[in-house]
Amino acid sequence: MSGIAFILAGTLAAATPLLLAALGEMVVERSGVLNLGLEGMMALGAALGFIVVFLTGNHALGFLVAGLGGAVLSLVFASLVLGFVANQVAAGLGVGLLGLGLSSLVGKAYESRTVPGLPRLHLPGLSDLPLVGPLLTQDIVVWLSLVLALGLWAVLAHSKAGLVVRAVGENPHAARALGFPVIAIRCGAIAFGGTLAGLAGAYASTVYTPLWADGMIAGRGWIALALVVFGTWATGRIVFGALLFGALSLGELSAQAAGVGLPSQVLASLPYAVTILMLAVISSDRRRMRRTAIASLGQPFEP
Amino acid sequence: MRLALIRRDTAARGAMIAAPAVALVLTILCSLVLFAVLGKPAGTALYALLLEPFLSWYSFSEVLLKMAPLCLIAQGLAIGFRANVFNIGAEGQLVIGAIAASALPVWYPDGTSALMLPAMLLLGGLGGMAWGAIAAGFRTRFNANEILVTLMLALIAAQVLNYLLLGPWKDPAGFNFPQSVLFPDAALLPILLPGTRVNVSLLLALAASGLAWVVMRHRFSGYQLLVGGMAPRAAAYAGFSERRAIWISLLVGGLAAGLAGAAEVAGPLGQLQRSVSTGYGYSAIIVAYLGGLNPLGIVLSSFLVSALFIGGDNAMVSAGLPVAAVWVFQSLLLVFYLGGLAFLRYRLVVMHRPAQSVP
Repeated sequence: MSGIAFILAGTLAAATPLLLAALGEMVVERSGVLNLGLEGMMALGAALGFIVVFLTGNHALGFLVAGLGGAVLSLVFASLVLGFVANQVAAGLGVGLLGLGLSSLVGKAYESRTVPGLPRLHLPGLSDLPLVGPLLTQDIVVWLSLVLALGLWAVLAHSKAGLVVRAVGENPHAARALGFPVIAIRCGAIAFGGTLAGLAGAYASTVYTPLWADGMIAGRGWIALALVVFGTWATGRIVFGALLFGALSLGELSAQAAGVGLPSQVLASLPYAVTILMLAVISSDRRRMRRTAIASLGQPFEP
Repeated sequence: MRLALIRRDTAARGAMIAAPAVALVLTILCSLVLFAVLGKPAGTALYALLLEPFLSWYSFSEVLLKMAPLCLIAQGLAIGFRANVFNIGAEGQLVIGAIAASALPVWYPDGTSALMLPAMLLLGGLGGMAWGAIAAGFRTRFNANEILVTLMLALIAAQVLNYLLLGPWKDPAGFNFPQSVLFPDAALLPILLPGTRVNVSLLLALAASGLAWVVMRHRFSGYQLLVGGMAPRAAAYAGFSERRAIWISLLVGGLAAGLAGAAEVAGPLGQLQRSVSTGYGYSAIIVAYLGGLNPLGIVLSSFLVSALFIGGDNAMVSAGLPVAAVWVFQSLLLVFYLGGLAFLRYRLVVMHRPAQSVP
């Protein structure tokens, strides 16, 4: 496969874990809560999903358990920040470290094991097209993630439920005065975000690189957090950002394979450096940030 | 009937002591269940984790040894956390500090100068500061969130360390292990307690704690920093600046982490190796919060978390518990503590009437 075709074929799969996690976090942040535990929730989902697929060979079951694991961990976070009005940064970091610790604890016995991934769906006609053929030949989860993005965009931008979530994030006190259950809505958003983080982890460990290694999430949860800022809390731009990072990681892989004269560590640092630069470019437009940022983000809500 | 948290008029001092104690008890109970579920001997594991570190002089001295970097880094981080500047990449600042300090003994492996060690500590501190300064610059110049930038810089620092240890700084006589040459005696910190590995970095950590306490409680600059971060607008009216709070927080945090990194390579490690980065920078976040972001509290919490690390080493041998268990234990501690902290500011009230009557 030529370099371009390789990148085209792999970009969507590489983008999927980032996309799922970032879409979930977007909803959480739209409701006014900052969940810094994303990395840990992805790691726990990755470990649980891998173990289930390894033992049963059933990917659907693996994704289910991973999503549940992410949701349960996110509810621990929710009870801290909503029930006990804890500092969101501290609670997110604490729960994130808990997720990382749990993932390496339960995954210990499965270190370096592998499972079969998911087959890529051959779309009659489309998959045989020149150039875009490989791009259109993807596994089922990739397609479902894109459908989810479309659905989220429709719900957030064009439905009453989306409007309520956004209202809670912009001004929780006004939303409460209007009779909306702020705490319950935020709790639902957090659980949704946790579920998607768990699924994102499971995709990384059972489909994208179907093996378990401690620390395999490797900062993808943090990149997803940055993607939400980069996408200015809008679905379309977050999809674009995730694809950009997917292409970048594929470019890194093919550069490594082609043996460019750079040490592999430089290539491995690339996504992190790009994240920093991307954040700087987006955030430096302070006026735009003030317009798009979620007003109550990170603020504790006391009725 | 339902439960509600009602804000107290004044903070409950009792909850400040009770929260960590209750958190410890809940964490122990939770871990007992978790270890049992994983099929580990839970009783043996907890005995090793919590009691064994105090049962022999050697284990206890190891607790003091590990406490030094945790305490030092957490003191630096707490300054920022109190001012709402969240440097979560101390791990990276520690690694860069360790690398900067190692440059001298790596380039002069036969050095005997008495200036070598002070110069290493200076370089280590400056290295950590420089890594923190990048984040401060991105935050103040480009408004880029320091939480994400410090973390990304930590991931990059890990790659820099890998590059040096697999490439230019690898010990040619080291059987291809990813580690540098062994440092000469002139590059090693003096031992504080004879017969143990405890070195003078413990004094450094305690001195930093004292300094942090004095600045926080008795100096106007400590107050300015607090306000600059917590209420930037109010601070701006009063002439204190948010920008300054960001720079000071990240520079001091980086300095402390960089010094800790230098003290690790010049202390127990005696060379630059991958194990310089075992997560002290992340653990120090837990230490800082468990200590209530208070300089004296941090001395106690760093002692506790250090004992957990030593106990974890024991539990690995006696109960087959992976190191990850120590991370689960400390993060559970933080989770329960953050929950308990609510009772510092709120009272739990049982409401008998329907919720509608609450304003």
